[in-house]
Amino acid sequence: MAKRALILFILLGLALIVAAGWGGTETLILATTTSTADSGLLDYILPPFEEAYHCRVEVIAVGTGQAIKLGRRGDCDVILVHARAEEDEFVAQGYGVSRRDIMYNDFVIIGPPDDRAVISEAASAAEAFARIAKAEATFVSRGDNSGTHLKEMEIWEEAGLTPTPGEDKWYLSVGQGMGETLTFANEKLAYTISDRATYLSRSGGLDLVILFEGDEILLNPYGIIAVNPELHPHVNYDLAMAFIEYITSYDTQLMIAQFGVEEYGQPLFYPNSLEFWQNQ
Amino acid sequence: MWGIVLLTLRVSGTALLLSTLIGIPVGCWLGFRRFWGRRLTIAAIYTGMGFPPVVVGLFVYLLLSRSGPLGSLQWLYTPNGMIFAQVIISFPIVAGFTMAAVMGVNPNLRQQLVSLGASGWQTTLTVLGEARVGVIVAIVAGFGAIISEVGAVMMVGGNIEGVSRVLTTAIVQFTRMGMFDMAIALGIVLLLICFLVNLVMLRLQGRYLDQ
Repeated sequence: MAKRALILFILLGLALIVAAGWGGTETLILATTTSTADSGLLDYILPPFEEAYHCRVEVIAVGTGQAIKLGRRGDCDVILVHARAEEDEFVAQGYGVSRRDIMYNDFVIIGPPDDRAVISEAASAAEAFARIAKAEATFVSRGDNSGTHLKEMEIWEEAGLTPTPGEDKWYLSVGQGMGETLTFANEKLAYTISDRATYLSRSGGLDLVILFEGDEILLNPYGIIAVNPELHPHVNYDLAMAFIEYITSYDTQLMIAQFGVEEYGQPLFYPNSLEFWQNQ
Repeated sequence: MWGIVLLTLRVSGTALLLSTLIGIPVGCWLGFRRFWGRRLTIAAIYTGMGFPPVVVGLFVYLLLSRSGPLGSLQWLYTPNGMIFAQVIISFPIVAGFTMAAVMGVNPNLRQQLVSLGASGWQTTLTVLGEARVGVIVAIVAGFGAIISEVGAVMMVGGNIEGVSRVLTTAIVQFTRMGMFDMAIALGIVLLLICFLVNLVMLRLQGRYLDQ
């Protein structure tokens, strides 16, 4: 008798667990970059949205290239990246709709405290890179066509240089995300370029310091785009648009402006949506 | 591309060679000798056989890093470091399977050989010959484990273009970049390598396989 009751109880419990997972909660699949995810911003701004809309946001954090690829294939509902040229191409080719500015931060050039290439005295980011090349100081490139990597290439081009992995022994291309690249650069005490957000969230454990910042070329704007429902009818377009509205809304923009201030003494991102500027 | 293939073969090939040179004698020793702590050692070998490569990678990384005990070797982010990690992964596999193979040979054979006046060396070599099929499987298993792993070589090697990028780490990278066609192409190359190596192993097993 007791055994039967126990079995019944377990079955009921299992049924409840399954039922709880089944009904109600929608899912929004958000493809974004590893640097955005690593900063911790999403853990901060997603929960209020999930609560308000009774849903779950699944964050797929990959390289910029793969995030955009996921959008093209309809493997996600919305993409959040920082590669303006690629974003515009994505929309122009009909893969995405409703692109909005969300926020921006900047890149910083970091390196060993002794700064043997003396880039802290450079007048521009391009000059800083030129100094590194001249001193043949170890420089680590993400080498993965990410937003960060593309910015790095832009600066090398500005400096009129084309470092080649393999040929230039001081130039190391690791083909990995920002987190791993920082760990690697730290281990080698090398120079690299990083978005400020990821660097700040790691600075407690790194020996590398910010040696150059502020040049206009180092600005890094983020955009959000919904995957085109006409191309991929199965995507959750309504929830994607709701999320876009949410993240560009004035209140959320203020939240973004607050993120990181308490912990790092400075914000990791600066609000940049139309709604934000209209309310200034 | 070919640089990546050559490096993959060099790293895993060297690691396999080293772990075979150490693993087969250790396997024989474990199979033949009885000593205090034998069961514990065998348990350790079994654990090593199933140990996740990424944890081995983490362990080796901590050993070889700037702030680690073996940092002065400067093996981190070099093929030497990768070989070191892969030897740790494949050694227990080669040793464990070799041990099982020699223990599977009829014990009467050893007694016969000794009574005929064979030396320790001759006995061991003869038994190994009899256990040939199992010993080759040991090497095949060891190779399979390291040619296909990505955790250790990624952590210890760093996937540096032209220095430490191998097939598995390149596949991960191309996938993250959304270049699936490149990733698949490299995957096929990896499969072909495995297949060809195993064909060679099959030939080595020769007629013993059909007995």
